[in-house]
Amino acid sequence: MPRKTLLEARGLTARVAGVEILKGIDLSVLAGEVHAIMGPNGSGKSTFAKVLAGHPAYEVTGGDVLFEGNSLFDMTPEERARAGLFLGFQYPVEIPGVTNSSFLRLAYNTVQGARGKDELDPLEFDDYLQDKLKLLDIDPTFLDRSVNEGFSGGEKKRNEILQMAILEPTLAILDETDSGLDIDALRIVANGVSRLRSPDNALILITHYQRLLNYITPEFVHVMDQGRIIKTGSRDLALELESRGYDWVTAEYRALRAA
Amino acid sequence: MSSAVLQNLVNQPYRHGFVTDIEADVVPKGLSEDVIQLISKKKGEPDWLLEFRLQAYRHWLTMREPTWPNVKYPKIDFQDISYYSAPKAKKKLASMDEVDPELRRTFEKLGVPLHEQKALAGVAVDVIFDSVSVTTTYKQRLAEVGIVFCSFSEAVRDHPELVRKYLGSVVPPGDNFYAALNSAVFTDGSFCYIPKGVRCPMELSTYFRINTQESGQFERTLIVAEDSSYVSYLEGCTAPKFDTNQLHAAVVELIALDNAEIKYSTVQNWYAGDEKGVGGIYNFVTKRGLCKGVNSKISWTQVETGSAITWKYPSCVLLGDNAIGEFYSVALTNHHQQADTGTKMVHIGRNTRSTILSKGISAGFSNNSYRGLVKIGAKASNARNYSQCDSMLIGDKCGANTFPYIQVNNHSARVEHEASTSKIGEDQLFYFAQRGVGAEEAVSMIINGFCRDVFTQLPMEFAVEATKLLGLKLEGSVG
Repeated sequence: MPRKTLLEARGLTARVAGVEILKGIDLSVLAGEVHAIMGPNGSGKSTFAKVLAGHPAYEVTGGDVLFEGNSLFDMTPEERARAGLFLGFQYPVEIPGVTNSSFLRLAYNTVQGARGKDELDPLEFDDYLQDKLKLLDIDPTFLDRSVNEGFSGGEKKRNEILQMAILEPTLAILDETDSGLDIDALRIVANGVSRLRSPDNALILITHYQRLLNYITPEFVHVMDQGRIIKTGSRDLALELESRGYDWVTAEYRALRAA
Repeated sequence: MSSAVLQNLVNQPYRHGFVTDIEADVVPKGLSEDVIQLISKKKGEPDWLLEFRLQAYRHWLTMREPTWPNVKYPKIDFQDISYYSAPKAKKKLASMDEVDPELRRTFEKLGVPLHEQKALAGVAVDVIFDSVSVTTTYKQRLAEVGIVFCSFSEAVRDHPELVRKYLGSVVPPGDNFYAALNSAVFTDGSFCYIPKGVRCPMELSTYFRINTQESGQFERTLIVAEDSSYVSYLEGCTAPKFDTNQLHAAVVELIALDNAEIKYSTVQNWYAGDEKGVGGIYNFVTKRGLCKGVNSKISWTQVETGSAITWKYPSCVLLGDNAIGEFYSVALTNHHQQADTGTKMVHIGRNTRSTILSKGISAGFSNNSYRGLVKIGAKASNARNYSQCDSMLIGDKCGANTFPYIQVNNHSARVEHEASTSKIGEDQLFYFAQRGVGAEEAVSMIINGFCRDVFTQLPMEFAVEATKLLGLKLEGSVG
């Protein structure tokens, strides 16, 4: 049986504050796959992630994106999340006064409710959380703190993956989840993410460094530049990018376009 | 439908059912000594009370409206107000089915109990669920322990010696412009007296008192707690009031004697005007508690969500040694509302302590100011104050200000002040949305987290209603 297409982007263009950032993105992600998107700063990687999640500051100007066959742009950001699209933020915001545990439970119950499943009361949810905390080696006192408030960079990223573990998305887009992590934290986070993989879900990893890919092996590595995917390769492409940089890919793309 | 539209519906005056004998029940517009004499005569008051009113009036004539609050409004014509009208007999509705469905929905959202809904909506309460019988039962319970809880007029009639002793002893008639006006023309209010050593067995709520549905424009409240007594008093109701009056100038006086404690909680949701800022109540209130005895304690908790303009500073005068004053406040403004609210903690006795916790939330085009005075007198050795003033902004068209005044005249005092400002921004709401949570629920969660320390001071059922009320008031302010 052929694997299900989770995400299908066709000619996606988008702008922010009047400036065109995405200039035509085509990408297909099937269930069970891991895609890595790499590329220089400002190439549009984070914009792509935010457009998929529906950030209000970004305006879609053309193309379409289907998520499990439905147009994403017919859905509000919260509907996309409830449908199983997850964005691990590059810079998670702080929410003073709201405890992590109540935030996590509200998010969990909202998404569960949308899937027609039972909500959990605080005690049941606490049990459910314990396993997830172990998976990511997170101290339980973490739950009583305000969401991301006063968290170190590494704690914020771990919190993102904890949320992913709790919400069990169909498609998770992790925007530079590896940046700002030391080697140990990277290993814990990456192993946590690996254990959440299944044949039914998929991952898009946005990263600058191929070291994350040592833990989570992608089927495809895409290079993004100036709002387009200019090259797609295998795991080895990431290694090559690390040793040679991006310039040769850009040059190759220009030559191809000129021809 | 937005909350402002709901408010509008809710606040529509009843067009029918006024008493027909108008001449007998309404005093012509304007204020003069004759009018005050007429009011006093209509109420059958003793001479000393008339004298109290006249002195207040004469003093008021020499005063000017305060201009220091950080609020803007057109000048009030005090000669264009009628200062006395007898309680209007509303048309009684036969059942809840006759009540405006929008109003019913508001009640349901707020979780107002059915019998309370009926009372507020003017439905004749049936015999079995009769609030009067509820009232009777609880009045008996209070009488058994010697507590007096009645309307101000009844107190003047039945307990003149108590009223005369304490009226104006905390807020003197000439204290400020609006207190003087109130002292001259107040029509009714509440009176509560807790005898020595009595712990009031229930939360006293104005709701239970008969004839409270028509609150006067100029209310007067007086609460006296004798030695070693305790009372928790709830003012107002989370449901919108049917009040068409523009100016409310109430005075509340609390007196706590040796080892006594008074806890005073308010949830205020008067008509705030429409989304464009048209209409709404001017809520200019003087509330002050006197911790007269040693080890006495007065605690103010307020949730202010209504009124076009709020101007109030529930204060504590800490006279007795070891007295404690507390002020916990949530003030929410939306649309074009303006609030200038805070407290005064005046430390006079030794070892007096005070705590101020103020949470201001501004949305829409509103303006929300905290104004507070902490004054440590020369003899208040070892006085302590801790103040925390937090502001939250929703959107970028609203304003928040903090005006703390600190005067310390005793070197052993310790005064701490902390302040913070935060903002609910697009990125926070997007973060919630990306986890499946819609904007309304996200704001509600952020606001409740922000206000938690104040809400925990409210009596349980009030806290639940206050939480829902904030959500309702902010409906449509985001997203």
